[in-house]
Amino acid sequence: MLQISNLHASIGGKEILKGIDLTVKDGEVHALMGLNGAGKSTLSGVIVGHPAYEVTQGSITWDGKDLLSLKPEERANEGIFLSFQQPVEIPGVSMVNFMRAALNARRKHQGLDPLPAAEFLKLMREKRKIVELDSKLTSRSVNEGFSGGEKKRNEIFQMAMLEPRLAILDETDSGLDVDALRIVAEGFNKLRTPQTSAIVITHYQRLLDYLRPDTVHVLIDGRIVKTGGPELAAEIESRGFDWIVKGME
Amino acid sequence: MQAIKQYTDFYNEVRDVIFERSTSEMNAQREQAFRTFSTKGFPTKKAERYRYASVEADFAPNFGIQLSPLGGKLPPYCFRIAEAEPRVRALYNKVADTDDSIVALSAMLSVDTLVVHVPRCERPEHPIQISNLLRGDRDAMVCRRILIVMDEQAQADVIITDRAASQNRFLTNQVIEVVMGDDAHLSLYDIEETHLLCTRYNSVFVHQGRNSSLHHTSLTLFNGHTRNRLDVVLAGEGSEVTANGCVIADKMQHVDNNTLIDHRVPRCQSSELYKYVLDDSSVGAFAGKVLVREGAQKTLSKETNANLCATSSARMYSQPMLEIYADDVQCSHGSTVGQMDESALFYMRQRGIDEKEARLLLKAAFITEVIESIPLESLRDRLHVLVDKRMRGELSKCEGCKLCQ
Ligand SMILES: Nc1ncnc2c1ncn2[C@@H]1O[C@H](COP(=O)(O)OP(=O)(O)OP(=O)(O)O)[C@@H](O)[C@H]1O
Ligand SMILES: [Mg+2]
Repeated sequence: MLQISNLHASIGGKEILKGIDLTVKDGEVHALMGLNGAGKSTLSGVIVGHPAYEVTQGSITWDGKDLLSLKPEERANEGIFLSFQQPVEIPGVSMVNFMRAALNARRKHQGLDPLPAAEFLKLMREKRKIVELDSKLTSRSVNEGFSGGEKKRNEIFQMAMLEPRLAILDETDSGLDVDALRIVAEGFNKLRTPQTSAIVITHYQRLLDYLRPDTVHVLIDGRIVKTGGPELAAEIESRGFDWIVKGME
Repeated sequence: MQAIKQYTDFYNEVRDVIFERSTSEMNAQREQAFRTFSTKGFPTKKAERYRYASVEADFAPNFGIQLSPLGGKLPPYCFRIAEAEPRVRALYNKVADTDDSIVALSAMLSVDTLVVHVPRCERPEHPIQISNLLRGDRDAMVCRRILIVMDEQAQADVIITDRAASQNRFLTNQVIEVVMGDDAHLSLYDIEETHLLCTRYNSVFVHQGRNSSLHHTSLTLFNGHTRNRLDVVLAGEGSEVTANGCVIADKMQHVDNNTLIDHRVPRCQSSELYKYVLDDSSVGAFAGKVLVREGAQKTLSKETNANLCATSSARMYSQPMLEIYADDVQCSHGSTVGQMDESALFYMRQRGIDEKEARLLLKAAFITEVIESIPLESLRDRLHVLVDKRMRGELSKCEGCKLCQ
């Protein structure tokens, strides 16, 4: 369970998150919506420990553990995964070496031995199928020269490999064509277990139609100003955010 | 002054012994070399080719000078100079820059030369592996000469590895001359994997005939103080050279690569790629000049030096140079010095890879381009492993033996 209380965070001295409270129980899917620049990526960055953000107040716990005291890699190995809004290209590091290092780090954290090479490659093949990721892509350097959509698909492939307990999808739908969105969303659903929870950041209804969130939050200017059921997403799709902003005044 | 004197005094003392142990073609060069060295002394930082070296300081320590001839069983196509064909022996010291003090010192003190000779149209089935091993129970100064002669249409892969088997201080002055006939093809690998107490001066001089091609790769995996010089003369039309290098340095290591590609005739190509990964307080220098002489039309040349400084205390001096005296040419050159890509580091850490491992992967990734450019597949694979071990600090002194198996 992820529990965020009164979280304030700033970047370069500028406060972006101004008191966030959010609880995500095991198995729940929460959607996070809001205007550009509201602080959605900042929140996901703070959860995974991006060094650019400074937490000035509040706390985040993960299964009762103080998440903020953990290094980014420890948070990842505790089962928290971020599908980046902008995945990073790493020329010269092959997908295979990258995934091997990541998977074996996770296994080491769990007290397991590294996966033998043959089993690892078999796993790569299996997981690739779930998101229909072209084998040409996994034989290249990480995200290097991938199209926007391919990068997003690659994020979900990595998620499939690492089987996180909390997945944060930061606009994973943007850049995906209609078919790719369906494949990735259905892939995501296949990967879910009753324990897997997710925070889905999106601007559109379409992804949520597939993922069926339990709760929808609206983040505006660093605060969660409205929380509702799936119908809230539909309302935003048709009416925008204006009515919510007006209601705040 | 003292540094010069210890070598000239030594020479005067053992001159007779050297003459007796060596061959006529080497002895024929010796007195002139002695005069050049005594008058010129060691180059200072004012000399264009030595701007980033501290030659006198490097040669100042008084290690014992070793005069031992070549030992051990020589690989196929390799000879002691006394046993090589006369026309091949006659090429000794003909390609090297004999006005250079370091070369002169080598010609003055070397007693033997390892000759690699691949006759016309021949192509050795296996790579020719030359393993230079520094060992002994005391510090030593060593002079080494290698002469590689590729006759017309000969083809070969030559791998030279420099290693050190004992933890003494070593100073090596190595001169490698390469003479390539028309249509000859050579891949030459120079791999240094010594230790922090080793200082190495390595000067490579190449003369290429018509339509010949050279692929030269210089790899500094582990060292103390290293100065590599590479001079290539493209003397025959249609000749090509690829000169690549990679440097992995940390602690207080110092690596200086100094290259000159001399386009003398039309329609030649040169391509250079040197990559450095510098950690801790290491220092790297790259100075590479491409000279396109008058009349060398249709020259194609590309020079790149890219560097990664993993810490703020690592330093890199980069100086790519182009000097062009012909108008119908295509030449480019450039250099970059960068730091660790923080967003890539974070991306990897978010996947659970710890920071140390992530840095290591990024450093290895940076030079992978140079390793991948190596035409010899088996060597490429072994080097990937060696580079990984080197980065992890697992490279033991004798790991290089694996290269020779
Ligand atoms: N490095 C930075 N320096 C200064 N301001 C920053 C920095 N990074 C982000 N910000 C600011 O923080 C605010 C929140 O950005 P964030 O990326 O969290 O928004 P978002 O809700 O994810 O928006 P979008 O929907 O466009 O992705 C923005 O105003 C942004 O300009
Ligand atoms: Mg965002």
